[in-house]
Amino acid sequence: MLTSLPQRTAIRNPRAQARKTFEKQPMHIEIDEISKSFGTTAALHPVSLSLPSGALVALLGPSGSGKTTLLRILGGLEFPTSGRVLFDGQDATGLSVQERRAGFVFQSYALFRHMTVFDNIAYGLNARPRASRPTKAEIARRVTKLLDLIQLPDIGARYPSQLSGGQRQRVALARALAIEPRMLLLDEPFGALDAKVRKELRQGLRDIHDTTGLTTVFVTHDQEEAMELADLVVVMSMGRIEQIGKPQDIRARPATAFVKDFITA
Amino acid sequence: MSDASLAKPVRFRAATEESPATRWALITVAFAGLAILVFAPLIAVFVEALADGVAASLKSLASPDARDAIRLTLTIAAISVPLNAIFGIAAAWFITKFDFRGKAFLITLIDLPFSVSPVVAGLCIVLMFGANSAIGGWLVAQGYPIVFAMPGIILATMFVTFPFVARELIPVMIEQGRAEEEAALTLGASGWRTFWTVTLPNIRWALLYGVLLCNARAMGEFGAVAVVSGKIRGETATMPTTIEMLYQEYLSVAAFSLAAVLALLALVTLLLKTALEIRHADQLAATHRH
Repeated sequence: MLTSLPQRTAIRNPRAQARKTFEKQPMHIEIDEISKSFGTTAALHPVSLSLPSGALVALLGPSGSGKTTLLRILGGLEFPTSGRVLFDGQDATGLSVQERRAGFVFQSYALFRHMTVFDNIAYGLNARPRASRPTKAEIARRVTKLLDLIQLPDIGARYPSQLSGGQRQRVALARALAIEPRMLLLDEPFGALDAKVRKELRQGLRDIHDTTGLTTVFVTHDQEEAMELADLVVVMSMGRIEQIGKPQDIRARPATAFVKDFITA
Repeated sequence: MSDASLAKPVRFRAATEESPATRWALITVAFAGLAILVFAPLIAVFVEALADGVAASLKSLASPDARDAIRLTLTIAAISVPLNAIFGIAAAWFITKFDFRGKAFLITLIDLPFSVSPVVAGLCIVLMFGANSAIGGWLVAQGYPIVFAMPGIILATMFVTFPFVARELIPVMIEQGRAEEEAALTLGASGWRTFWTVTLPNIRWALLYGVLLCNARAMGEFGAVAVVSGKIRGETATMPTTIEMLYQEYLSVAAFSLAAVLALLALVTLLLKTALEIRHADQLAATHRH
């Protein structure tokens, strides 16, 4: 398993300084024999997986493959029927969703529709207990910085209904990053966008990952998206992991008939 | 040989558009129905109330019985509506945000007060809390009678008006799904904070409608209240039961004056709703859809 990744962060990026505000050492995530059943149907058979620190990982598979369930288990939105989740070697299985500190981007973004973009991004900071809550001025400063990071500096006063699909996705990203998350989890982040915007935002996600250095996991059913964007691709089907590997390795040596079929589709 | 119809310009009609004759017929039926069933009776109430002049009408409203009835009805509404709003939110929240066995049964149960006759509901309360029942007997002994007293009227009103808030909220909350709440939780908000900052603002319009409807019905409820209250004048007689008693005694000016006040309270409720809708029209449109 790869432990260190080639540093893609280029000095060309003036946003590289934003990195300082995030984790010095990105988190290593270990999934140990996790299974999940809903009633009598098994969404996940025991799966194990090690996500290297700072990697951009794609969970790739058709619908019903268990990839979203796995992502939600990482974020603390679902609890596994059995197995453990380890963050930096520490058992995190029992941590509540709030304690996980995962920046989560939802499939249709789930922006708070009654709040401005500014208030959406500031939500996580305002929700902190008084002792650790930044001052109003500090919150404003951080929101402004995040709006710059997503390259939408002037939309703070708008409501989600006044934004395009691509803008919403970036606001959702900024909102997730505002809590200084330990990892970034994205559920079909490009699913609700049309083909052209999709391609543009792929690079956007790559840049944000490289800027923040966070261990990032995204779910997708689009093999091209996974192959182009991710450092590590996890191919899933029917609640099982079919193959784990770098895009070029999976393409060169598909481990099973399913993988071969799926990536050439 | 020239056909006149050939020269006639062809008029196209949208598929959903009806011919003028059909349109006018439908509009007439709707207006006639409204006039006969809604406006005429409402006007009749006010005409009867003012039959002996404004002074006589006001004098009857100033009588102790009428004033007690108005005060009691407003008190009942002030207590039962907020309680039902809380129960309604809790029920809707529970039903829409969680998956559990017996969910369909619970939804049916919430609708029960709509299908059960209010008189039957009143009798149920008498059976459960009357002086002859175990619970009722004990409570009377402690000095807290339920039946023929305010608590009974509140119970009866709450039973009858229970579905209004939950019924308004459930479809809205189902449509909105759980994603926004989940987002708030991942951002570190507690369940309580999520409720106040995300759930409640998203349902506030539906909640307002539910509360207004609930209030109108709470003030107007007759059947269930008539059974449990005992209609003791100056003590447990609400506006609707007082109106009925006055009418039975041929005191028509007094009866219709009080009826006019009750109708006015309902009209104020409706006007309030419309005013809020107009004032916040843009916000309503903005928050309805993403």
